[in-house]
Amino acid sequence: MRKIQATQVTETVKQLFLRANFYIGQDVLNSLKEMEKVEKSPLGKRVLQQIIENDELAAKEEIAICQDTGMAVLFVEYGQDVHVVGGNFQDAIDEGVRQAYVQGYLRKSVVADPLFDRKNTGDNTPSVTHVRIVPGDKIKFLVMPKGFGSENMSAMKMLKPADGVEGVKAFVIETVKKAGPNPCPPVIVGVGIGGTTDKVTQLAKLATLREVGKRHPDPRYAKLEEELLEAVNKTGIGPAGLGGTTTALAVNIEHYPTHIAGLPVAVNIVCHAARRAEAVI
Amino acid sequence: MNKQIVIEAPLSTELVRELRAGDSVLINGVVYTARDAAHKRLDELIKKGQPLPIDIRGQIIYYVGPCPAKPGYAVGSAGPTTSGRMDPYTPQLLKMGLKAMIGKGLRSAEVIEAMKEFGAVYFGAVGGAGALIAKSIKKVEVVAYEDLGAEAIYRFYVENFPAVVVIDSYGSNLYESEPPKYAAC
Ligand code: SF4
Repeated sequence: MRKIQATQVTETVKQLFLRANFYIGQDVLNSLKEMEKVEKSPLGKRVLQQIIENDELAAKEEIAICQDTGMAVLFVEYGQDVHVVGGNFQDAIDEGVRQAYVQGYLRKSVVADPLFDRKNTGDNTPSVTHVRIVPGDKIKFLVMPKGFGSENMSAMKMLKPADGVEGVKAFVIETVKKAGPNPCPPVIVGVGIGGTTDKVTQLAKLATLREVGKRHPDPRYAKLEEELLEAVNKTGIGPAGLGGTTTALAVNIEHYPTHIAGLPVAVNIVCHAARRAEAVI
Repeated sequence: MNKQIVIEAPLSTELVRELRAGDSVLINGVVYTARDAAHKRLDELIKKGQPLPIDIRGQIIYYVGPCPAKPGYAVGSAGPTTSGRMDPYTPQLLKMGLKAMIGKGLRSAEVIEAMKEFGAVYFGAVGGAGALIAKSIKKVEVVAYEDLGAEAIYRFYVENFPAVVVIDSYGSNLYESEPPKYAAC
């Protein structure tokens, strides 16, 4: 049994959220720069230039890329041979979130009760943490500060198996079109297919975290990703929704076995401020 | 792209009526921030017939909840939030003399009708460019609802704050007119 101190968990989570909020991924930045070169709308081009300038400025000065520093979402792969000592694992994670948001001058955007008093918790906790137990003696953290301009534009639908590929395509395009300018395009579209209602939404979110430019290993899904990206970029929505040929940087699909009677599909949209960071301890 | 225009808040109806969808503007002077929670409180005051903490006639409201300022900075990252959530409260504010809003994303038909009727304009700022936009915000004061933190009403003193007229006071709307030009379905 390998022992890991709770304080190390806290420190790791804190550093990851600071890094994610200040530094955009090189893959995202490269993709933005490539799209800026080929964007057809002059206004769209200018929007992309502003986004690139913004992201470079945020990194240089260590300030938040976007003021919506999001709700803290973590995907954790917990090695079954690890024993966290000196504290409760979930508390250690939330303490890391708290320290990052308080010490990093990040916005606190979480309300304690979603329906009635909606009072801000003041430290951006609790996080939304998904833990998967895996073999090994390490813990892997993949974190994303998730802004709600794009989260609010996400959707889930139980298709019929007969709806097939065309049904999936139609739902993805419809969701992106309905979102229009709201989720700060260019976006990354995560698509989950299969599982159950809960599983599929998680898959969609996980799909958004893939490196931009990487295709699905299964050629059938890779082809579908490419077709969807092309279709999304033909909607004309464009940067900031002001018209143009750059609506998405990527469409990524994750799938899972499902029931004989179902075809669940979920679309999770991430804005161009596609912040993420990962570490293994 | 249309012209680039330097404007100074507060705004007159005459100036607003000259602005056209697609114009780029650089905003100077004062803008007030308000988002969900502040709008809810303003609405409650209006319903009770009580005065608002700010005189909104001629003013610009910026839909933003900024990050806290690092030492040495006036404000943290401060880009626009999605405007549509403020739609239910907006026609009333336009009727009371609000002249412009800065945000991102779609507006309801009711808001656009009220903009046409009372002469107001909707500016779009680039969502997710909060670090860059913050450079044009020179000074920040809390005006009301400090307990709301990032959602309080702040007075921003801005210099050459970059925005685009997305919907003008005649109802012309870039979100409707521009995407079809680039759509190839
Ligand atoms: S959608 Fe993303 S980029 Fe836009 S305001 Fe929200 S977090 Fe920022």
